Amino acid sequence: MSALLSVSDAHVSYGKVEAVRSVSLEVADDEIVTIIGANGAGKTTLLNAIMGVLPLKGATAFAGTDMTPLDIEDRVAAGLCLVPEHRELFGTMNVEDNLQLGAFRIPKATAARSFERVYTLFPRLKERRKQLAGTLSGGEQQMLAMGRALMGAPKLLMLDEPSLGLAPIIVADIFRTIGELRAAGVSVLLVEQNAQAALKIADRAYVMELGEFILSGSAKDIASNQRVAASYLGFQHEGASGI
Amino acid sequence: MNTTIMLFLLQDGITNGAIYALLGLALVLVFAVTRVILIPQGEFVTFGALSYAMLATGQVPGTAKLAMAMGVVAFGLDLFEARRSLRLKRVARAFALNIALPAAILALTYGLAGPKTPIAVNIALSLLIVAAIGLFLYRIAFQPIAHTSVLVLLIASVGCHLALQGLGLVFFGAEGLRGPALSNAALTIGPLRFTGQSLAVYGLTIAFIVALWLFFGFTLMGKALRATAVNRLGARLVGIRTTLSGQIAFLLASLIGAISGILIVPITTLYYDTGFLIGLKGFIAAIIGGLVSYPLTAVAALLVGSVEAFSSFYASNFKEVIVFTLILPVLVLRSLAAPAVEEEKD
Repeated sequence: MSALLSVSDAHVSYGKVEAVRSVSLEVADDEIVTIIGANGAGKTTLLNAIMGVLPLKGATAFAGTDMTPLDIEDRVAAGLCLVPEHRELFGTMNVEDNLQLGAFRIPKATAARSFERVYTLFPRLKERRKQLAGTLSGGEQQMLAMGRALMGAPKLLMLDEPSLGLAPIIVADIFRTIGELRAAGVSVLLVEQNAQAALKIADRAYVMELGEFILSGSAKDIASNQRVAASYLGFQHEGASGI
Repeated sequence: MNTTIMLFLLQDGITNGAIYALLGLALVLVFAVTRVILIPQGEFVTFGALSYAMLATGQVPGTAKLAMAMGVVAFGLDLFEARRSLRLKRVARAFALNIALPAAILALTYGLAGPKTPIAVNIALSLLIVAAIGLFLYRIAFQPIAHTSVLVLLIASVGCHLALQGLGLVFFGAEGLRGPALSNAALTIGPLRFTGQSLAVYGLTIAFIVALWLFFGFTLMGKALRATAVNRLGARLVGIRTTLSGQIAFLLASLIGAISGILIVPITTLYYDTGFLIGLKGFIAAIIGGLVSYPLTAVAALLVGSVEAFSSFYASNFKEVIVFTLILPVLVLRSLAAPAVEEEKD
């Protein structure tokens, strides 16, 4: 399998503080990869830097092309999509408009098919399509954020803490949907504090601590690793409700 | 005061108010998309009006050359910004927009300007010139600092206003100009006489408001502009270029400004610095609308126009004072209604 996304020796800094140090990772086609780690480990920073929201020092390639000179909008057009931690929805616009804007970079005919796909994946959004995004519940907003990203028919979807602040039953629903994306030909790079749920659906995993990857391997191996079990899986409950 | 005078004043107020409404809407639009408080809006009015008036006398206005010069600067900025990845396609696109477009406008102006040029052609030329200036103004002055605070943007905005006003003096001189009316038709209803010009003001204002409503409510580009206003990061994450949104906002604002100018220059004599005061009245309407609400801004503009008309009848020396005092109770009410919020960071 060829690498869809490859990042090598990436550094991200806020001023003089280096939040991500010498990180390398790969995501292959039709793969679900997760990055787990505690609060403040640098996971969100890394995702934002891959998307181009923050400047990244190092090499990033997507679908065989160098992404370094591209800005966010070009990366979106290339098929890379981020669902950010704070979702960044268009709160005063309705669900349908939010989704339509998700398809801003793709032709109209394709957008019609994307609508169908997203509404099948999230029937709830279809029911609420005339409601303002800002008035949706947390779970619905997360669905809308994912739906909006999927409207652009991305090759790789990067999800930042999709379970954040959601009720367990909705979290289960969201994770089931993430699992279904693979069948639809979308690769996923998932950042989660809810390590147990993330490792269950992922193929491979990286463990991040203080800005560095300390472990990587198949999700199964990582889940059975003693250190991971002690640090992340043992404190599952705090992890799930943490902010 | 009798009913006839009152009707006259009301008619006058509504005609002016319609112009203020157009300008207020443009201000709200630009602020929502770019967070720039567009002080140079008044210069778009004068540039549009006086370019039209000069073209009507058969002369080529200096604004056409200004558009060309600004295009060259914008091209330089584009090249400098893309210096690390100079692809031919990118350079060609920048050249087409920044050099070829204003050059074509300049050539058209030289080619078509003359004492016998039809009014419609003169209007089209003035609109093209001012639209290009608006577009390049965003590229040169605001795009490089788009991420800074509202205050920095406001300071740049005041700077642009002063610079453009000075250029206006160079181009048009200190003498006032008037332009030919769009139509000499007139219509009398009861005691009121509606000139073709004032009917054009009403018609165009309503047409513009409807067009803006359709654009923002129903087209993908309009929705993208609104999305940029609601959430800049969200807009970028779906692939909407915020610089493009800013350019479109400035393009629309300069067009609206120029149209307002062309509508009023047959009614009143305009000087190179008249636009500022007119723009400020649109600004008052926009502030009453909280810089967010389009309908409230339009209604407030009619109110500003009417207050101006009545105060110029009763106390003409104080007419500006009375109009600008309108803003005080509104600001007091708004600050009482909404607690102070810190400016959101991008």
